[in-house]
Amino acid sequence: MNIAVLSGKGGTGKTTVSTNLALALKANYIDCDVEEPNGFLFIKPEVDTEEKVMVEYPVIDDNKCKSCGACVNVCQFNALAKVKDDIMLFQKLCHGCGACQIACKYKAITYGEREIGKIEKGTARDINCSRGILNISEPMAVPVIRELLKNLSDGINLIDCPPGTSCNVVNALKYADSAILVTEPSEFGLHDLKMAVELVKMYNIPFGIVINKDDGKDNIVKKYCMEEKIPLIGTIPYGKDTAVLYSKGGVLYDDLHHKEIFNQLSKAAKEVLSWN
Amino acid sequence: MKIAISATGKTIENLLDMRFGRCEYFQIHDTESGEIKILDNKGQNASGGAGIAASNQLIDEKVDVIITGNLGPNAFELIEKSGIKAYKCGNIDISSVLEKYKNGELEEIKMSGPAHHGGSH
Repeated sequence: MNIAVLSGKGGTGKTTVSTNLALALKANYIDCDVEEPNGFLFIKPEVDTEEKVMVEYPVIDDNKCKSCGACVNVCQFNALAKVKDDIMLFQKLCHGCGACQIACKYKAITYGEREIGKIEKGTARDINCSRGILNISEPMAVPVIRELLKNLSDGINLIDCPPGTSCNVVNALKYADSAILVTEPSEFGLHDLKMAVELVKMYNIPFGIVINKDDGKDNIVKKYCMEEKIPLIGTIPYGKDTAVLYSKGGVLYDDLHHKEIFNQLSKAAKEVLSWN
Repeated sequence: MKIAISATGKTIENLLDMRFGRCEYFQIHDTESGEIKILDNKGQNASGGAGIAASNQLIDEKVDVIITGNLGPNAFELIEKSGIKAYKCGNIDISSVLEKYKNGELEEIKMSGPAHHGGSH
């Protein structure tokens, strides 16, 4: 059972919900917000394995290359350019699709590998934790996300997704059996939630909503859930105690009051996402 | 001499587009023949590497000069290597841009502006 935790808007509490639900459910925690993974700051696992994530890029043999420009024309990602009698490569734009090698009549192109990030795995409080880290200045996160999610273990996996609805989230969702959408009762929160809902619906998987920083009132998100008939898994109240614990990098689940909230949420999630 | 200008439209009354890689059109003015050629910027719809796509197009057209607002790091590197001179200008109408260029009032671009990654789409 792979549960994706996403939000649309950033900063609504994806990591808060996924780390604490992982503890409540004794599930595996996977941080695939590889551009800024922060779940480990709270769970603090001991990392025992580290793997590099590699991507391919073309290597042009100058002795064979006639600078005909066929590789430049075929590249869909603008990673190659022809300047005077030379072919220039913009490594970071290459998606490793292999088209330039096929297009080259002079067999001048082979592929090299370079590192764009890494995968870390470890344990904390008897749960398995893993995360992907994209190196600074690398524009392409998807290869790291794929590597992280391709061999998920059995049992319950909580996938802490990146914000937004970009390729990074689309790729993370490919590995999910159900989804939890975390939002806040603000106009921005609702606006981006709607986009996230549209995206999740394309996957035909069960999903529900968690409202973080809830004001306890009949707010715009609750109204939206009613109108759209989307199950509300539960709420996390807006409170200073939550913010104080969070600011210290503490685990909310260690606090009795919050423990109850997350136990409730995990019970409701099991019903909404209907798993056995 | 061929001068390429990033533009918001197809005539000399239109404004210069401050963006290079994502501008809508390039107007190529041939100072010898007086001809104007309009190019749809292929970079505009590129998912990534817009500046490179735009540069490739202008290199193919064998332009001598580019006038735009800013050049990103990739486009800058490419244009510098291909020996094309790039000049900076504000978003004024194209006829005024040409006038300013003729009077030597434009500053040459010697450094790239910040990169705009459209995300890893």
